Amino acid sequence: MLSSVAERVYWLGRYLERAENSARLLKVYSAMLFDLPRGSNLDWSTLIDLSGSHENYKEHYDNYDEKPVVNYLLSDAKNPTSIFACLVFARENARTCREVIPSEIWEQVNALYYTVKENINPRLGRANRYTLLEKVIADSQRIEGMFVSSMSHNQAYSFIELGRKLERADMTSRLVDVGSINLLPAFAGKTEKHLFIEPYENIIWINVLRCLGAFQAYRRQVHNRVSGNLVVRFLLQDEEFPRAIGFCLSALVENLDRLPNNDDVKRAVTRVKRITREVNVDSLLERGLLEFIDELQISIADIHEEISRVWFSPETIQESD
Amino acid sequence: MTINWKSYNPGEFYDELISSPGYPRKPARILTKYLASLSHDELKQRKAAVEHAIKSMGISFTVYSEAGNIDRQWPFDLVPRIITEKEWKPTSKGLKQRQRALNCFIHDVYNDGKIFKDKIIPEELIKKSKNYRKECRGMKPVHEVWAHICGTDLIRDADGKFYVLEDNLRVPSGVSYMLENRTVTKRVFPELFENYDILPITDYPSQLFDTLAAISPEPKDYPEVVVLTPGIYNSAYFEHSFLAQQMGCELVQGSDLVVENDHVFMKTIAGLAPVDVIYRRIDDLFLDPEVFYPDSALGVPGLMRAWLKGNVGLANAPGAGVADDKVIYTFVPAMIKYYLGEDAILPNVPSFLCTDKKQCQHVLQNLDKLVVKPANESGGYGMLIGPQATKKERAEFARKIKANPREFIAQPLIALSTSPVLGEHSMEPRHVDLRPFCLQGGKSYVTPGGLTRVAMVKGSYVVNSSQGGGSKDTWIVRD
Repeated sequence: MLSSVAERVYWLGRYLERAENSARLLKVYSAMLFDLPRGSNLDWSTLIDLSGSHENYKEHYDNYDEKPVVNYLLSDAKNPTSIFACLVFARENARTCREVIPSEIWEQVNALYYTVKENINPRLGRANRYTLLEKVIADSQRIEGMFVSSMSHNQAYSFIELGRKLERADMTSRLVDVGSINLLPAFAGKTEKHLFIEPYENIIWINVLRCLGAFQAYRRQVHNRVSGNLVVRFLLQDEEFPRAIGFCLSALVENLDRLPNNDDVKRAVTRVKRITREVNVDSLLERGLLEFIDELQISIADIHEEISRVWFSPETIQESD
Repeated sequence: MTINWKSYNPGEFYDELISSPGYPRKPARILTKYLASLSHDELKQRKAAVEHAIKSMGISFTVYSEAGNIDRQWPFDLVPRIITEKEWKPTSKGLKQRQRALNCFIHDVYNDGKIFKDKIIPEELIKKSKNYRKECRGMKPVHEVWAHICGTDLIRDADGKFYVLEDNLRVPSGVSYMLENRTVTKRVFPELFENYDILPITDYPSQLFDTLAAISPEPKDYPEVVVLTPGIYNSAYFEHSFLAQQMGCELVQGSDLVVENDHVFMKTIAGLAPVDVIYRRIDDLFLDPEVFYPDSALGVPGLMRAWLKGNVGLANAPGAGVADDKVIYTFVPAMIKYYLGEDAILPNVPSFLCTDKKQCQHVLQNLDKLVVKPANESGGYGMLIGPQATKKERAEFARKIKANPREFIAQPLIALSTSPVLGEHSMEPRHVDLRPFCLQGGKSYVTPGGLTRVAMVKGSYVVNSSQGGGSKDTWIVRD
């Protein structure tokens, strides 16, 4: 398979997954805020923190109210990671690899792009926003289903899967961040804000699970009531739930087995697997979760670096020949 | 709006569906009756369905600009054009004959030059052709075929007869639109397919693959065939990607290929992999910076060396364009006689050569009645349509012709046939042409029908999609 095509399908997978994840996050975050008492100070800026685009946001907006934040994350062309921007990139990648993906998938990606394009509007009300986000999630799932059931599980498929699962692992790690960022009991000197929120800690973790559609799976598997350390352990280590990092990493390995010259990438993946498996979650919540998540995200980014070094860059290929 | 065929009047032109107001031609009767039976709302629905199908299938031209990408959807008219199989058979035969002769000619040009020695065509015309590539001299491609894929433009005059308007032997485009038009019609008018025996065209990608596989340097069951595109910003990118997809081939850009030891390879995730045949959709002069434009980033350095050594098949072969020069076009009937010993089945449009003193004089004196065409342009650029031009434009052309007679030919204005197009309020006649696609590798193949292009502006003769033309599904029906 051509390196250039491999790169495009990989990004197709990543952008589709990113659009879906952002939609999930936005949907659940809205729902969660309604559960919390007004004035809880857990505001919309957390979403900007999560998307890692604080700098860019500040250049364009001067407050963190619901409307500008949602607009920025949903449809803003100035935000390269907005849901709409992800779909623009996904569609462009799909358009330029149509020879390797089934045409019905291209049509579905194209249709999703138009759905969002035609429905975004800075004044979108909460109800319509909810409908649109649901549609993005449902259509993304449909596209994923089409990949699974109508595309040959060949090398191109593996690259799409690599993109998807890596993006997903990254997102789940960010969500662990969201649960913890405002809540860590050991967070320096318990500010008033944290004391105020503490009674609602479980609500926030429940919503983190909901965001990943993981609430039911968690209850069946973990049994215990929702608590921070159990949720973190579940999201980091579970091998059965498809949005848990442990599951994503195993899926990466499975797909890597279909690809040539996979040693270096496998090494990068196994490293992340060890990190997540060996960590002591209980002590982590007492101290060091933020540092741990940072390290985890960097190692996930390393997997991406290896993938692109080994398979996408023509220079390496010429050397290896 | 409902359709009333009695108010549809093609006037003095030959109309593809209607012989005179209220009287459809025999094969068009079921279609016209069906269209007339649709209510206003149903018609509107079908029109919307067409737009939806085109949009969701992503059939588009993309126009790129700094302000962002503008997708222009493929302009398609939903009323099909109908041609009977009986009428099509000799046309198809004529197209094959023509392509065979043209290939004999190109091979002769770059090898023995017999046709010049026998004084059928003056040699200096060739040496001055912009599309003559001296680098190809002595080359003997597999099967001695140079133009494997040919898009021949046919028109019908007021007498209803087909004429060849031009041969496109370089990188003719449009075949993907022909195929997609049929798909759209099937989605929008599935009922009609019950009442007509329409010859299928879905076979084209397999035929194209067979043609390409047949020119692999080494005979293989499944040689590595790739489609070489100038890239995602090219307006025909849709087609390149479509054909690669339909043939199950890799779609490559110049940067995906590399030549080593005079063999072509593509850069894959497992390293370099050999390439046997390239269906190139890049113009000759961009193919290889070592030989042609040195700063072309679209091509592959060393590609010509690999081809000249017979290590890779190129379709169409470099230099094939020498035969789609409009001056050379005027000699095609003579070529058919010379190489094949047959009379041309399909006539040319009568043409005047400006290199001939007498004919040139005639052209200059009758500019207001003639169409003047540059010898080596495509896409409808640089033409003068005398009867529709201003005095100033004609004077300008007279000057150009005198300065450079080799670069122009002239033809009488052909009264192109019309076909009904669904307008805002009614059916309206619009001029059409037809581009069938002909393949020659080991064997010959002609698409049943082709791409019907429509001049969407009332009275206009310009059908080129690059100039706002539209298209129609074209049916060859069993009588």
